[in-house]
Amino acid sequence: MRADGPRLATWLLLGPALLWLVLLIVLPHVDMLLVSLRLRAGFGQYQTSAVHYLAFFTEPLYWRTFMRTAVMSILATFLTLVIAFPVAWYIAKMVRGRVRSLLFLACLVPFWVSELVRTYGWMILLRETGVVSGFLQWSGLASGPVEMLYNDVAVMVGLVYASMLFMVVPLVTTLDSLDDSLIEAAYDLGGNAWSVLREIVIPFAMPGIVSGCIVVFMLSLGNYLTPVLLGGKDSMWFTEQIFTQFIVRFNWEQGAAFGVLLLVLSSLIVWLGLKLTRQSFTEVMR
Amino acid sequence: MIPTLPGSVGLRAALVAYVALFFAYLAAPLIIVGLFAFNDSRFPALPWNGFTWDWFFASGPERTGVFHDRAILRSIATSAWVAGFVTVLAVLFATLNAFLFERHRFPGKSALYVCMLLPLVIPGVILGISILVFASGIANHADELLAIELDFLRPGLVLVVLGQFAFLTTIATLIISARLRKFDRSLEEAALNLGATPFVAIMTVTLPYLRPALVGAALVCFLMSFENFNTTLMLVGSDAPLTITLFSRLREGATPLLNAVSLLLMLGSSLLAMLSIAFQRKT
Repeated sequence: MRADGPRLATWLLLGPALLWLVLLIVLPHVDMLLVSLRLRAGFGQYQTSAVHYLAFFTEPLYWRTFMRTAVMSILATFLTLVIAFPVAWYIAKMVRGRVRSLLFLACLVPFWVSELVRTYGWMILLRETGVVSGFLQWSGLASGPVEMLYNDVAVMVGLVYASMLFMVVPLVTTLDSLDDSLIEAAYDLGGNAWSVLREIVIPFAMPGIVSGCIVVFMLSLGNYLTPVLLGGKDSMWFTEQIFTQFIVRFNWEQGAAFGVLLLVLSSLIVWLGLKLTRQSFTEVMR
Repeated sequence: MIPTLPGSVGLRAALVAYVALFFAYLAAPLIIVGLFAFNDSRFPALPWNGFTWDWFFASGPERTGVFHDRAILRSIATSAWVAGFVTVLAVLFATLNAFLFERHRFPGKSALYVCMLLPLVIPGVILGISILVFASGIANHADELLAIELDFLRPGLVLVVLGQFAFLTTIATLIISARLRKFDRSLEEAALNLGATPFVAIMTVTLPYLRPALVGAALVCFLMSFENFNTTLMLVGSDAPLTITLFSRLREGATPLLNAVSLLLMLGSSLLAMLSIAFQRKT
């Protein structure tokens, strides 16, 4: 076989790949964009219009839900990073051999379990008759049942939990490749824990931090179960809006417009993250 | 702070305590879900009323265990069918993709590679609605223009399979490509020198080498399909896979039955995980 493969084989292999990408990824998204730009004028008659995008900007509920989703996803990403970093450091630098692979595996285990089951676990923990409330009463910290479910804090706990793995794994991988002698040298040259972290460790770990943050942000933004099950009446998530428009109200044009907006927002933030740290999409995803 | 440097004992102890707390946080919801499957109560909540197997084996009418709940059993079967189809399709396409991207050069390759990665950054809900819109559009046109009713393009299991296949193929492609990249091409050349056709060489030399990655990708696809919720929710018709059934039960009001199903799910996925680890170790 030649280095670049025979022509015919290339064509034969291109077939399935194009079939998959064009029919299931590209065309559906183009179609979603087209549907979002049309207005039902009568039975089976449509005209082009941006009215569904205007509705998004004029209806405060839509607009606020969108901003809430974005801001809370960014916060969840930041919290996940802060919580995961020491753990990743411990696994990559402080332990060796069996303990290390065991701890790494322990990080993966929860994610072999369905998201629905994990969220259900948090419901049992946090609800009024739940375990945490029971513990607080038993230990005397609370005098009556405490409801911890159905608020933004519960949503945040669930979001951070849901995407922890995708932060820990890239962090451990990059921190692992950081040579210990660099840190030793930095200390020898008079650095302290803080300056070593800021000037050696974080710049070195940046690829891992960025790829972790991107994945966690995407997962939070597109999350549906956590906000629906753990959130309260007024902690709407944008994916809930999309579901409502599609399935409950049967307003597909409006739902498609929301889908396009969410996709634009997520691509924009991913692009910004990559630009700020000067990395390429293909490398980060590897 | 690394082991080779003298650091304060207090700081190190604090880090160990933090890591312990972190793992408690990871384990808590899973352990709690499992424990409450055995609570002799109608609600998955405190107080603890003693141990029971009812939520697995009771046959009603007051309590129905998992093994007597027809709706749950049926949806488990539905999920297994869907996951099976998705796995076969995704691994097949992913293997072809791996050969395409690792071995062939063609114009527009890097653009196609980026395209191939896109499903990873498209939220599941959006992937679901875009396929729903596209498929319904085709079905509507076929109905209006040709008077053909294309039922499989309406919400239902075919669309669920296609929707999950759309993003799992990317994941499987990444797993299989990583292994193919490490393959020593001289083994294949040896087979060719010994008179094998390229096809025979690939079937007898390259594919056996890829087997751990193929099995690994298949397990990941099966598991992720079985547990998928977001994309499935948008595409599902009247036959509900397990996660959809569980979700609607959860909204009606949870009973320890759900814990029992969850516990079985956890056991199932850990079994698959152990299988995949054992398999990787053997080869």
